Amino acid sequence: MQWETVIGLEVHVQLATRSKIFSGASTAFGAEPNTQACAVDLGLPGVLPVLNEQAVAMAVQFGLAVHAEIPEVSVFDRKNYFYPDLPKGYQTSQMYHPIVGAGEVEITLDDDTTKRIRIHHAHLEEDAGKSLHEDFHGMTGIDLNRAGTPLLEIVSEPDMRSAKEAAAYLKAIHSIVTYLGISDGNMAEGSMRCDVNVSVRPKGQEAFGTRAEVKNVNSFRFVERAIAFEVERQIELIEDGGKVVQETRLFDPERDETRSMRTKEEANDYRYFPCPDLLPVVLDQAYLDHLRSQLPELPADKRARFQTELSLSAYDANVLSASREMAEYFEQVNRVCGDAKQAANWVQGELSGALNRENLSIQNSPVSAQQLGELISRVLDDTINGKAAKQVFQALWNGQGESADAIIEAKGLKQVTDTGAIEAMIDQVIAESPAQVAQYRDAEPEKRGKMIGYFVGQVMKASRGTANPQQVNGVLKTKLDALL
Amino acid sequence: MHDKTVTQLAAALKSGEFSSRELTSHFLQRIEQADGTLNSFITVTAEQALEQAEVADQSRKAGNAGTLTGIPLALKDIFCTQGVKTSCGSKMLDNFIAPYDATVVEKLRTAGTISLGKTNMDEFAMGSSNENSHFGAVKNPWDLSAVPGGSSGGSAAAVSAGLVPAAMGTDTGGSIRQPAAFCGITGLKPTYGRVSRYGMIAYASSLDQAGPMARTAEDCAHLMNVIAGHDVRDSTSVARGVPDYTETLNAPLSGLKIGLPKEYFGDGLDPEVEKAIRAAVKEYESLGATVREVSLPHTHYAIPAYYVIAPAEASSNLSRYDGVRFGHRCNAPADLIDLYTRSRAEGFGEEVKRRILIGTHTLSEGFFDAYYTKAQKVRRLIRQDFLDAFEDVDVLMGPASPTPAFDLGAKKDPVSMYLQDIYTIAVNLAGIPGISVPAGFAGGRPVGLQILGTHFAEAQLLNVAHQFQQATDWHLQLPAFAEENA
Repeated sequence: MQWETVIGLEVHVQLATRSKIFSGASTAFGAEPNTQACAVDLGLPGVLPVLNEQAVAMAVQFGLAVHAEIPEVSVFDRKNYFYPDLPKGYQTSQMYHPIVGAGEVEITLDDDTTKRIRIHHAHLEEDAGKSLHEDFHGMTGIDLNRAGTPLLEIVSEPDMRSAKEAAAYLKAIHSIVTYLGISDGNMAEGSMRCDVNVSVRPKGQEAFGTRAEVKNVNSFRFVERAIAFEVERQIELIEDGGKVVQETRLFDPERDETRSMRTKEEANDYRYFPCPDLLPVVLDQAYLDHLRSQLPELPADKRARFQTELSLSAYDANVLSASREMAEYFEQVNRVCGDAKQAANWVQGELSGALNRENLSIQNSPVSAQQLGELISRVLDDTINGKAAKQVFQALWNGQGESADAIIEAKGLKQVTDTGAIEAMIDQVIAESPAQVAQYRDAEPEKRGKMIGYFVGQVMKASRGTANPQQVNGVLKTKLDALL
Repeated sequence: MHDKTVTQLAAALKSGEFSSRELTSHFLQRIEQADGTLNSFITVTAEQALEQAEVADQSRKAGNAGTLTGIPLALKDIFCTQGVKTSCGSKMLDNFIAPYDATVVEKLRTAGTISLGKTNMDEFAMGSSNENSHFGAVKNPWDLSAVPGGSSGGSAAAVSAGLVPAAMGTDTGGSIRQPAAFCGITGLKPTYGRVSRYGMIAYASSLDQAGPMARTAEDCAHLMNVIAGHDVRDSTSVARGVPDYTETLNAPLSGLKIGLPKEYFGDGLDPEVEKAIRAAVKEYESLGATVREVSLPHTHYAIPAYYVIAPAEASSNLSRYDGVRFGHRCNAPADLIDLYTRSRAEGFGEEVKRRILIGTHTLSEGFFDAYYTKAQKVRRLIRQDFLDAFEDVDVLMGPASPTPAFDLGAKKDPVSMYLQDIYTIAVNLAGIPGISVPAGFAGGRPVGLQILGTHFAEAQLLNVAHQFQQATDWHLQLPAFAEENA
């Protein structure tokens, strides 16, 4: 039987507010346990929440970026359950009236085609604290630093049909939130995590199969792997005459499998009801207009502009717009050198290669966009040739000079374009290579083109790489042909 | 000194008749002597009070005294007070020392008042008789065999017995007005959102409201001047200017239109209580008011709606008492579930458990719409009843409670206890202000006249109450207990 996979994602994005969603405590990552939890975060008797306006603005900006409806009124609800790292015994969330309504994102697939994924809604909520099971023998420690950190939970429709689409969707969300600057998107630190709903159905069947929810997957790669495992598990189960049960599962990256956590029967009844401590959030048109006017250019717009205005290929445009940092770097290089194609080649080629080798992000690139742009300019104006440019890049990477020009100067890499000097070097190479000259002369005319490479190499060597290769080529051909 | 009002004591402090230290010592002495019988305090902070009194006297000498500087008060044990046990009448919080001050406490302290301690209350403010306190029932100073009312019964009894000139209470379904009525004092429940809830341990967040309890409306006005106002730490507190509540106390009542809700004079109303209330209304007519009957047609839905909404909120608000971070934790828990269940089973009393169970049930899947959503609709109808009535009249009057204080242990059935609040509960659902003033006696026990106004009509209610107190002397009468313990 042919199976179709149906995937929906709930992405939790930690918003980059300085303070928590309902208190003034800091949200900075990595502090000593329980040093960033005030009376409100501890859920002490008598404390009350006060909504962080910045969290609201960030959620709305996301909504605007995915062309979502922004309802005039949204309401916070309490989700009630007991857990030691949930101090109040309820999580303040939005169940019935979320702040962001239905929207959509476009994802780009490997073959450069695009697909629209619908967003059901996005809502604001507070994060819980952290239980530390390993640090205390026979006991559990509680760290409430994370309690009250603002989260935006983005819930998709079940529109994805493969693990690749799910990963592309997650990347698209990542790219939007980092472009907006509303999250650092750091998945390793838990700034972005997702729950994946997976089901399978016979191809052509309309009704959804029973889904399993895989909780807290925290990397693009794990999303793909968790889905791949789940799809296989569910198909095997059904084909063996079994039934998929609705349950919550955990992905174990070590063993590359999902495991049952709890079934629907064990699931909590969260007893949602409107939080009486918080007023409904009412957003007027002027506020939305203001936030709209603050939106940066978003990945999809950037991608389109790179193709139309800068004549980049769909592939280049997609890669270079994937992250805000990458796009900003590329655009700066382009501004300095004035050649988008060259800028794109260098950023995706030499620079990305070096960054990947050393596992650096583009924000931490040792070569600045200004430096790279200047380097490309020197190639474009024939000051150096391509080979020397790679040397210059390496020198910049190693911090051996402030600018391309300084390094060119220091290393004497300036291209020799003086015809006299080049002619002199060529004459010398010809004089020192009688055997090769004889071979050239005796060769069939169509083979001579290849043989000229030897002479070019010798000349370049004599010039320590600084001779203009095109020029060397031209003059050599004339001189050798004169010997025929 | 104990028979004087806050206003009189403030004048005496100002004229130098006595110092705050003397005044504070006097009341502390009375507490020590009488509270063994009354049980109106959970915690007495004598040492801190005397220190504060010293500071108050200093600042008076320095010329920095405000109206209430040096006046001793008591706080219902529901208000968090930094460094002082704040138990909320519960075993669950018997070991809880609040690390911060409630906004109300902070404001009263800034105004120079002195806290003598924390008064007894029904556990987590759930009750109408003060018999649900982990620290034992409070006795009514007018009759030691009677309840003082709940849940601010400790505050009411302490003021009534002259152990303190005024106290702070809270009112979720009548918990300021009913004990004020039972103990023969004046108690004001302000408009919801008029006084900050920050630092007030939550029972039912959408209904809870703090307010003053004292001998007179004038005293309540002085306290309102201090405690009312917007608080950025409480999102539900209203950003709206605060009038000087003492300024309008003496406005004449001629032309005042009083409505008597016919639903407040029906079955179950004690005839002697009714007689006292009708006499009080007559008094108002003699002061120039006109009286007409009005109707609040959804009144009989108030108690059922309240006992859906309040327990629903309470079940959630009380989830934080789980034995994990503070409060009572059971001994040697076997595992997490054992820690939760035993800590809560041991820490909470019967009435609290009952309401948590009711609330958990009404919020649960399949019942939410039938109970919670329906109750919220009823709540809107009740509120509309009041708004409609205030189109025609300025204030509403009726009894604060259908009976005078009943005997300790008399009401065994929770529902009969719930019915005690039949005249007060709708006011909390509507969010409007209400005041109870002493208006006579029934069977030797005090009767409270309840006066209701529209949202933010506190100044008017205090004016209407004050004018009555200028014309009558019910509020000046002290229980024999107060004199015997002088």
